[in-house]
Amino acid sequence: MSVKSAVIDEIQRLAAENRTPPPDLTDDLVLLDSGLDSLAVAILVVRLEEAFGFDPFAEPTDMAFPVTLGDFIRFYEHAAERRIVDTKHAG
Amino acid sequence: MNTLPNAASSIRSTLADVRPGPHHWLHGASRSVRLDDVLSGTCLGGRVDELAGRCVVIDTRDQFAAALALIELDGVARRLILCPPDLAAEHRRALVHKAGVDAIVSDRGNGEIEWAVPRRVVCHGSVTPSSTAPADRCQTEWVLLTSGTSGAPKLVAHTFDTLSAPIRNRPQPQHSVVWGTFYDIRRYGGLQILLRAVLGQASFVVSGVHESNAGYLLRLGRQLATHISGTPTHWRRALMSVEARAIAPRYVRLSGEIADQGILNALRAYYPHARVGHAFASTEAGLGFEVDDGLEGFPASVVGNAGDVQIDVEGGSLRIRSGRTAVRLVGDEPSCLADEGGFVDTGDVVERRGDRYYFLGRRSGLINVGGLKVYPEEVESAINRHPAVRMSMVRPARSSMVGSLVAADVVLEQAPDISADAAAFKREILQICADTLAPHKVPAMIRFVPTLEFAAAGKLARHA
Repeated sequence: MSVKSAVIDEIQRLAAENRTPPPDLTDDLVLLDSGLDSLAVAILVVRLEEAFGFDPFAEPTDMAFPVTLGDFIRFYEHAAERRIVDTKHAG
Repeated sequence: MNTLPNAASSIRSTLADVRPGPHHWLHGASRSVRLDDVLSGTCLGGRVDELAGRCVVIDTRDQFAAALALIELDGVARRLILCPPDLAAEHRRALVHKAGVDAIVSDRGNGEIEWAVPRRVVCHGSVTPSSTAPADRCQTEWVLLTSGTSGAPKLVAHTFDTLSAPIRNRPQPQHSVVWGTFYDIRRYGGLQILLRAVLGQASFVVSGVHESNAGYLLRLGRQLATHISGTPTHWRRALMSVEARAIAPRYVRLSGEIADQGILNALRAYYPHARVGHAFASTEAGLGFEVDDGLEGFPASVVGNAGDVQIDVEGGSLRIRSGRTAVRLVGDEPSCLADEGGFVDTGDVVERRGDRYYFLGRRSGLINVGGLKVYPEEVESAINRHPAVRMSMVRPARSSMVGSLVAADVVLEQAPDISADAAAFKREILQICADTLAPHKVPAMIRFVPTLEFAAAGKLARHA
């Protein structure tokens, strides 16, 4: 499953659990305006860590904190690519 | 009633000689007031005399009204209790009894929130000139509320001296400084910033009722805020909003939670012209120390340093002795917070690695979710209400966003036959929690386990 679809699935699941209407998930949606508060975003990040095995917010990075859903997905994609590069170097 | 031990032990008397200038403001969401006018006028419709020597609760919807009232009543009321905005009705009743409350100052409409106290004075967050010059009459005891184990708040008593000790001996005055904080000013972290602004002759931007994070950031930008404080969670939330670009602080301050390297780096990158520092403080222990080297944890040289504040690590626990710690707890069993040596145990567990100490968590198992406390026992008792649950243990799960989240290990009476049962139990347990607990206390993760570890004396083995 792609990073993008995994993120979107988790957001929809959280919205369902919180009984908030499913947000319109476009790339320029500001994450904290999507009906997810900072607690929900924290839960999202922990669940994505379970799915992907990493948490880009816990790693030192030169990328700015994500504001929109598009930024958020790129934030994860960037971290995933970095891990592939690191693995190749290690190998 | 105590008499004043010296001239400068209230906000008013400290500012008596310096007369705040014309650029020294308190900015609320809907109005701004010059501090000079606050000090010479009244926000209580001139009824301040009725509150002299009384035990007064300040319970307002708007923090701005609370700020004006506490400035006017410091040195007048015998005891000033700052009521946080979300105090439950049963805790209000207990507070009246425990603290001997005999008056309330509020901006709420009649009947909106009932306090069983005889005297009520309205404070709407505006200042009118006073016919008599306000004067100090007694040494006010300040009471701040923090959450306690049983869910009932602890009443933590400070004095003007313990609250203002961290602010003394600072370069004065700071006319060009404009403070803001994401904290509520009725919490220790927010009150510190308000006092810092007021006593340091700076201005202060108070967040409004129902003002969004984005709205407050925009207002901080418009007022050219230079010094802004919040928890790491507040700051992560700020950096994830477009409006973070609206502010250009010179000083970014973090406290109330563990500041990790990630958020320190992110803030430094986002606000390259700002000094980014984190502070260790709690309502009980006061402000311990500030770390300005941009690194997480704190230098080992902080420990054992016998200055104004003495920091000590015993059995992994961080302990503080200073003139900034709270005086005592107020209540049925009044108690002292410090041990015989004068040290207050913060309950925070630290570990030394090389020449630095790092925070590991809380000794009691207390969980800090974005600056909000959660006692595991409270969540466990909600989970244990589910008939299929034998027992549970609630623990912190590390979160890069809010410091910690609540995680629960649950032992069922019988292992579920099929995984569909487990999923249903999980949903039902979460429903019970959501119905009875504040959102940050509802477990973010539930794991079914065959058994739980017990320590001596039959207590659950909680690990920091």
